[in-house]
Amino acid sequence: MTIQELDAIRAKKKDLIEVRRVIREQGEKLAEKTGYRKQVLVCGGTGCTSSSSMKVIAQLEESLKQLKIEDILVVKTGCFGLCALGPIMIVYPEGAFYAQVTPETVKEITEKHLVKGGEIVKDLLYQGTVTESGEIIPFAETPFYKKQMRIALRNCGVIAPEDIEEAIAAGDYQALEKVLTSMTPDDVINEMLASGLRGRGGAGFPTGRKWAFAKASVSDVKYVCCNADEGDPGAFMDRSVLEGDPHSVLEAMTIAGYAIGAHNGFIYVRAEYPVAVERLKIALKQAREYGLLGKNILDSGFDFDIEIRLGAGAFVCGEETALMRSIEGHRGEPRPRPPFPAVKGLFGKPTILNNVETWANINPIIVKGAAWFSSIGTKSSTGTKVFALGGKITNVGLVEVPMGTTLREIVEEIGGGIPNGKTFKAAQTGGPSGGCIPASHIDTPIDYDSLIAIGSMMGSGGMIILDEDTCMVDISKFYLEFTADESCGKCTPCRIGTKRLLQLLTKITEGKGESEDIQKIEELSSHMKQSSLCALGQSAPNPVLSTLQYFRDEYVEHIEKKVCKAGVCKALLTYHIIEDKCKGCTLCARQCPVKAITGTVKQPHVIDTAKCVKCGLCMAHCKFNAIERI
Amino acid sequence: MKECKAFCGTAEQEQKLKAVIEESRSTPGCLMHILQEAQGIYGFLPIEVQKIIAEGLGISLSEVYGVVTFYSQFSLNPKGKHRISVCLGTACYVKGSDKLLEELEKQLNIKCGECTPDGLFSIDSCRCVGACGLAPVVMIDEDVYGKLTPEMVKGILDKYREEQA
Repeated sequence: MTIQELDAIRAKKKDLIEVRRVIREQGEKLAEKTGYRKQVLVCGGTGCTSSSSMKVIAQLEESLKQLKIEDILVVKTGCFGLCALGPIMIVYPEGAFYAQVTPETVKEITEKHLVKGGEIVKDLLYQGTVTESGEIIPFAETPFYKKQMRIALRNCGVIAPEDIEEAIAAGDYQALEKVLTSMTPDDVINEMLASGLRGRGGAGFPTGRKWAFAKASVSDVKYVCCNADEGDPGAFMDRSVLEGDPHSVLEAMTIAGYAIGAHNGFIYVRAEYPVAVERLKIALKQAREYGLLGKNILDSGFDFDIEIRLGAGAFVCGEETALMRSIEGHRGEPRPRPPFPAVKGLFGKPTILNNVETWANINPIIVKGAAWFSSIGTKSSTGTKVFALGGKITNVGLVEVPMGTTLREIVEEIGGGIPNGKTFKAAQTGGPSGGCIPASHIDTPIDYDSLIAIGSMMGSGGMIILDEDTCMVDISKFYLEFTADESCGKCTPCRIGTKRLLQLLTKITEGKGESEDIQKIEELSSHMKQSSLCALGQSAPNPVLSTLQYFRDEYVEHIEKKVCKAGVCKALLTYHIIEDKCKGCTLCARQCPVKAITGTVKQPHVIDTAKCVKCGLCMAHCKFNAIERI
Repeated sequence: MKECKAFCGTAEQEQKLKAVIEESRSTPGCLMHILQEAQGIYGFLPIEVQKIIAEGLGISLSEVYGVVTFYSQFSLNPKGKHRISVCLGTACYVKGSDKLLEELEKQLNIKCGECTPDGLFSIDSCRCVGACGLAPVVMIDEDVYGKLTPEMVKGILDKYREEQA
């Protein structure tokens, strides 16, 4: 394919994409030019497909057929971000945002709204877009979207990821065109350095420097790798990019190949992401067909191709040297560095490895320039960061905000606060390698350095919100169970250390903690941090250390008073019946699986604490709130 | 080495596997790919299958076994007809997925990682299927069940039992 042909595709479908980006009035005019009266975008990301968005699409197409409506385009997109309200469907040019759509409601929407002269079905909209006076506001103005700035996710939820022409029209491959026609490899690297982009996988190493090292290494063969082994539980940013805009990653890897002098790339992706893998395969096939991968790309004489390699479920393979061992077909065990991969990486050759979100930032940096990119965010952390917001928060989903946005803005404004009237206790960032940010630090700006300063880390972008019902000792035990399970076993500090830490934490949650345990935890953690081989072991103690820093009282209460105030640690709880409130209805006694509750009808009952297994069924069933948990 | 259940692979399966080995053996780093395909063919990776792969690639059985046991996706034991996978990722955990796992274990009278004697169900835990908006989540085969409570577990299992009967 030539550059002219690429431009022609872009021109052909530009209006079609633009309708989805502009506001109503302009959109309506534009829509007339496209030949489609309306466009219906349905989320086909993992979150929404799990809540049956495929059935919604099938029903939509069926309804349109029945009503003989032919001037409406149905587009299956990637993630819109507001996963809690899935399946989501947006109708353009109105920008009507329908939430929790079902095959039944989609019928109603087709009959009332999508027919000629139809009107928006207000009751079925995301209620955040309907004001108290009944007016409909664009979803981009709702608190969830307003504070966001979408750079890495620019095309997610906008284009059909399985159609390369939509991707091209939305701006993908524009950076590749610019690089191949008007930039030298050094220009590309200098642009990356000037942008200040830092690795979005967690460590925050400057991307430009990584590329410069690899370019400086002399070798006949070099490799470009993409880390899509998103193992951090509760993080799904990378998956959403792959599902929503896979071409942005392919394009960026090709640009990197040009910059460092590599002709082969590998994408290492989790096998647990079937939708992402499928979309990547389609994207690769189409990119080859359109001559955007393979030999002589865009007539420039530059060759580059990419292969997919599937992971098989090992958290440690997110570590760069382990990931490369795994691509080579071995046990994914890390090795000491140096030599760094930029010198000696995959198959012993100079290699650069960046994570999916980092790759997704390359196109805008090249197209709009490093100066534009570095004007966003803070001085040392430029650009935006995508977070997967989860846990005890109203708007569970994917958000992208400029670096330096405060945690309060994310939780209270974008996230919509804590549900069920509970209070915010802490935010966990960085997953099993990170730590907790307590309520007292809720005004901390989120950037690489501020997070490290308060004992957490950016990590890949998982952000789990915890409320008063979460026990901090239990949550650090949860992370230690994870790291103990995922430790590859190669180095002793991590293999033994994670097990011993977990033992100590288990002891505390079981009410067997002793006062010297906290000191033991701190000593062991310090050894692990200093002597483990890779980041997994070095950072495994972080969840424990940061909760000890901010929630030491809870540990002390567990140990000294044998109390778990959050009511999570079973061994520390006892259930009692409050005599005055008990009506003797016998419901609890009938529910109790171990027959620990005795008493006669209309007389207060009693729980035998020795027999009780603390399942909580009695408390859940009591209609008189007569059962208390201490 | 953990004892595997009696192996009864068919000649057809072996033929398929050998074709996969032949096709990929020249690609560097092909072992993982072959193991993934083999697990697709047999449902699990008993020692007999690992031997075929080791011989086909001309590498030692211990190397193959080392890789198989390193990655959690590879299984040495057969799985149930319906594979239940409880998400124990952080978002699901804080919303009580551990209680779902407990309930499943109680209902089926097996532990996580095991298969029921009739071969109908097996339970595993997994780390984040990415449907955090629906937490807590359980996957049965390809279907995702979200926003579950322990009380809902029995009804879901019964649905699969009825299908069987």
